[in-house]
Amino acid sequence: MLARLRAEGLTSDQLAACFRRMLRIREFEEALGDLFTRNLLGGTSHFCIGQEACAVGVVGALRETDWLVSNHRGHGHLLARGLDPYRVMAELLGRTDGYCGGRGGSQHMCAMDLHFLGTNGITGGGIPIGTGAAWALRYQGRDEIVVVFFGDGASNQGTFHESLNMAALGKLPVLFVCENNGYGMSNPAASSVAVPHVADRAVAYSMPGQTVDGMDVVAVMQATQAMAERVRAGEGPALLELMTYRFCGHSKNDPRVYRTREEEATWGERDCLTVAAQSLRDRGAAEAEITRLREEAHQEMAAVVERALAAPTGDRDHALGGVYA
Amino acid sequence: MPEELRQIFYSKAVNEALDEELARDPNVALIGEDIGLYGGAFGVTRGLFEKYGPRRIQETPISENSFVGMAVGAAMLGLRPVVEIMFMDFIALALDQILNSAGKLHYMYNGQVSIPLVVRTPGGAKGGYGPSHSQMLSNLFVGVPGIKVVAPSSAAQVKGLLKSAIRDPNPVVFIENKRLYPQRGPVPEGEYVLPLEKAVVTPGEQVTVVAYSAMVPICLALREALLPRGISLEVVDLVSLQPLDRETIFASVRKTGRLVIVEEACVTGGVGAEVSALVAEHCLDALEAPIRRVGAADVPIASSIELEKFILPGADDVLRAVRGVLEW
Ligand SMILES: Cc1ncc(C[n+]2csc(CCOP(=O)(O)OP(=O)(O)O)c2C)c(N)n1
Ligand SMILES: [Mg+2]
Repeated sequence: MLARLRAEGLTSDQLAACFRRMLRIREFEEALGDLFTRNLLGGTSHFCIGQEACAVGVVGALRETDWLVSNHRGHGHLLARGLDPYRVMAELLGRTDGYCGGRGGSQHMCAMDLHFLGTNGITGGGIPIGTGAAWALRYQGRDEIVVVFFGDGASNQGTFHESLNMAALGKLPVLFVCENNGYGMSNPAASSVAVPHVADRAVAYSMPGQTVDGMDVVAVMQATQAMAERVRAGEGPALLELMTYRFCGHSKNDPRVYRTREEEATWGERDCLTVAAQSLRDRGAAEAEITRLREEAHQEMAAVVERALAAPTGDRDHALGGVYA
Repeated sequence: MPEELRQIFYSKAVNEALDEELARDPNVALIGEDIGLYGGAFGVTRGLFEKYGPRRIQETPISENSFVGMAVGAAMLGLRPVVEIMFMDFIALALDQILNSAGKLHYMYNGQVSIPLVVRTPGGAKGGYGPSHSQMLSNLFVGVPGIKVVAPSSAAQVKGLLKSAIRDPNPVVFIENKRLYPQRGPVPEGEYVLPLEKAVVTPGEQVTVVAYSAMVPICLALREALLPRGISLEVVDLVSLQPLDRETIFASVRKTGRLVIVEEACVTGGVGAEVSALVAEHCLDALEAPIRRVGAADVPIASSIELEKFILPGADDVLRAVRGVLEW
């Protein structure tokens, strides 16, 4: 599938599969938001509503054995990698069926068997971890690569600069993927990143940097595939910047005072789901089919929530044990 | 320790442990600044780069937080990285990855990963290095779960404990000491491992002196000096600062009824404070005098060697504290 991608784009089936994956993430996040509204969940979560094409496009262009490192906004990455939505939801709800038995939650979720090295609650904290995983892969002579997801805000952390520098020096097999959604919490990228694009920073670390439309899942896939190939071939790391937008607040309870409703509406016209649905229509998909996919994803996630809410939480031993290996 | 053992420097014993573990396990790799041909700021890794090459001895730019983070990521995929932080003060730059990644991942990922990582670093003052290069920062890790902290006090210990730390499946902050590097001691050749969590007792009767790292030789010397005067100190070398070997500490205090705690770190809020609290909590009935703590004054370590002496604890301070608990 992937070998043909660059020359011909996606087949209609492939595009439909991407659309379906993005829908499931959107519906998962909406269902989760609803749980917060109903006060059934503690803490907070960072929804990736609007950024689904980044997760689906990037992960879809990789091998299943490639490793992923994510950040605090990681539900899309988790689901795109194929984690069971039920077990992800169970983790968010602090249930023992969750991937980390409720110890990790949204920002600390890992699935080693699916080569998912974890979401991360420290902005920029995952960047050196992914770089180190790439060091280990090279050390062990393996042909997998690592993809590290982070935001525009994280690109201002020292770890971003330190890690890109070290990855470049060691020609490590790591692809850095910045989801630039225009804001780090309330802080606009324009007032926190001193260059026009995060990808411009690649120059400082002698690696290719590219800015791509993060609302177009096909463009994301194509760019990722090209960069991943290069990284896998041993040519060193690369930096991919995906221009995107979160239609939700930074986390729950964000009144979004730092941006205008007009700006949101403008981006809304380019919602990755709208873009993908239009491509499907252009290729002759029936409206009824698109509606059916939406409905299906909605039902699936409703069932996931119901099942997860009924699952048990851990006991005292589970809370207090397991600190040391 | 048998007579015939050769005497080597503490720094050489570290080197020997690294060398043997590199030879034993292909997943062991060293990572840090200037640890290659240069051999590290204190010459501890000298010769290893020539022997094992750049793949096993990974030199890094000056990026402490990220190379510790890299070591964590590599440990998740099966390496056993041994990081060198040039001076313990610089560990401040890597605390995020130590506290938030190394110490938490095993628990928060519900046992899916373990982090067999060693962060070696020389703490303590050695005369004139000044505020940013002299501190014993053992205090930083008190109350940080998920990390083991070990502070060897002799050449033999540092070899045996470092080998164990490298083989341990948990992150270990391994506190060496600049003052101990040039001290010699008898060290077994070849395979020699010591348990990470066991305090070492040099027996005595009247006062328990709990110490670690470079304060141990000072307390042992004082013990020798006081024996002819009929004062018998029991020196408990903590070895492990986290977890603490509580039973050994309690047993000693129950035996002597008097406790002096000696450390090179600031007295406030550190390992000594924790030992003191534990003993007060569990052995109050056995105490015949208030607990006394000896440590660095709560000030940065001044550069001037003369000023440094006022700040750091020495044998006189320990002696005064011992007298204090005996005469109470
Ligand atoms: C070290 C650290 N500082 C601050 C925060 C609080 N925080 C969480 S996410 C975030 C914004 C991150 O922005 P960006 O990297 O652009 O990701 P986005 O949220 O936009 O996806 C902040 C400030 C944190 N979690 N960790
Ligand atoms: Mg952002």
